[in-house]
Amino acid sequence: MKTTAAVLGGLAVLLAAGLFSLFLGRYPAGVHDLLVFLLTGRYDDPNLPLVITGIRLPRLLAAMAVGGALALSGAAYQGMFRNPMVSPGILGVSSGAGFGAAMAILFSLPAAGVQLFSFAGGLAAVLSAVAISRSIRGGHDPLLVLVLSGIIISSFFGALLSILKYLADPDDKLPAIVYWLMGSLADVRMGDLAVVLPLVAVGAVPLLFSGWRLNVLSFGEDEARSLGVHTGRLRMLVILCATLVDASIISISGIIGWVGLVVPHIARFAVGPDHRRLLPVSFLFGAVFMVLVDNLARSMASVEVPVGIVTAIVGAPFFIVFLKRSQARPWQ
Amino acid sequence: MAVTGGEAVLEVRGADMGYGGKAVLRNVSFSLNQGEILSLLGPNGVGKTTLFKSVMGFIPLLSGSLILGGRDIGRLKPRDIARIAAYVPQSHGTPFPYKVEDVVLFGRTAHLGPLSSPSRQDRMIAAGCLERLGAGHLSGRTFTELSGGERQMVIIARALAQEARFIILDEPTSSLDYGNQVRIIRKLRELRLHSVAVLMSTHHPDHAFMLGSKVLVMKENRQLRCGSPDSVLTGETLHSLYGVEVDVVSFSSGGGPERKVCAPIL
Repeated sequence: MKTTAAVLGGLAVLLAAGLFSLFLGRYPAGVHDLLVFLLTGRYDDPNLPLVITGIRLPRLLAAMAVGGALALSGAAYQGMFRNPMVSPGILGVSSGAGFGAAMAILFSLPAAGVQLFSFAGGLAAVLSAVAISRSIRGGHDPLLVLVLSGIIISSFFGALLSILKYLADPDDKLPAIVYWLMGSLADVRMGDLAVVLPLVAVGAVPLLFSGWRLNVLSFGEDEARSLGVHTGRLRMLVILCATLVDASIISISGIIGWVGLVVPHIARFAVGPDHRRLLPVSFLFGAVFMVLVDNLARSMASVEVPVGIVTAIVGAPFFIVFLKRSQARPWQ
Repeated sequence: MAVTGGEAVLEVRGADMGYGGKAVLRNVSFSLNQGEILSLLGPNGVGKTTLFKSVMGFIPLLSGSLILGGRDIGRLKPRDIARIAAYVPQSHGTPFPYKVEDVVLFGRTAHLGPLSSPSRQDRMIAAGCLERLGAGHLSGRTFTELSGGERQMVIIARALAQEARFIILDEPTSSLDYGNQVRIIRKLRELRLHSVAVLMSTHHPDHAFMLGSKVLVMKENRQLRCGSPDSVLTGETLHSLYGVEVDVVSFSSGGGPERKVCAPIL
């Protein structure tokens, strides 16, 4: 089966790339020492536990969670909006989060404050977009109104962010904001994951189970309703869950584009359009993609490159080749 | 010849229908029983789609009452409505290349729990419905690659899989070639034997004669007449509807019962 092959292949690459990522870093940890530590928990070098479980392992887990969650929410959004160009940021979650984080940086809040503000900013942006779309009635296509509201909110928060950048001290605050916006996994610690991963799970599980209804929704609003799907309620469920997932993820990673747009396409080519398979496979492929890209970001230059930059630089040509090669046409 | 006198599936009384407080249709009243077919005739833009959307509960009534399957439509959830009425829209757009068997399986949605997927039994029901329409051979094909007539059959099979007592079809024969039009009409006549009620819109008065159904005629956003094709579809009515002269001709082929066809005067 295609699906089985895709899942096994994905898991194999994930295992290999994940293991490899534990060796990456400036601190020299020998292959033998590291394997012994991973398998038995014994170590001679007293710094090993800090380097591995304190820094590299949380980073690996973060990469998996970030890639998986962004790809999952992207796939769910593409299905819900019936549009292949949709990415998780469509309703303004990243602009809101960016604004929130910049505000926290401007107020010199600690890392937890930046995370909290970015999370709140992301939620606030999407909820305002939803509120705007619900206040507009009368014959409009609800999906179109929703997308337009998202665009309005995105550009609004984008402008607010620009104000903050303009006001920020160019010696320390501005670089911090810009660096945060580029996205990075370098500073993620176990404590962050302990807060964020449960939130991601709360959003991701209902999304993973909404596959059948998203399939039905691909026939359009009226047809899905006539088949017994409460389309308004399903849309709200998807939006709230995806927003919870994305806002949590962005709060620890900064803004990482491209994964939520591209990975669902790759997953769709691998396992077909059925969301019952597409959603979990998107999660898996997103995790794989992010671990690979993060490995690259850590090793391609003597200084670490922000991973948000690498996703786009690697992803763009990859996606072009991919589109040229693939014969299947899942969007008609 | 029609199986009539079944239980009422749909009762519309003095209903105004429209969007955002603005009525598109005024004072609509008709009823439909199990085993009956009601053809909806009227020029473009007369409000047929509005009528369908109201009957499916997509838009609320502005006034009057609409009883679907014995219950007021305003009290029914999408899932309840889908268990009573199935909808076959005019064009079937899905951007994804689903298999035909999966498309029919979507008809089972109203019978599933909120987060669950169809079971083996659902698959068997879906396969049986495709078989019943003589379209079992399409099962493994890709829906988006089918011809218009084949797609229409698959969507009707999906409506059957929904196990609804009432099927609504929006111009089921438009964009089909002549042979497929006749095939669809035949299938719809057969549905009556399973005591399914059918409401369909069409631009061909002949289809109403072929179906031997009740006819509802609409003009200028109101209901003109409702009754048997013989009493409603006269040359006079057709002229007032479409603005062209039409002769309604009776004939009998091969000693069968008398039938009527429309012959436009050229």
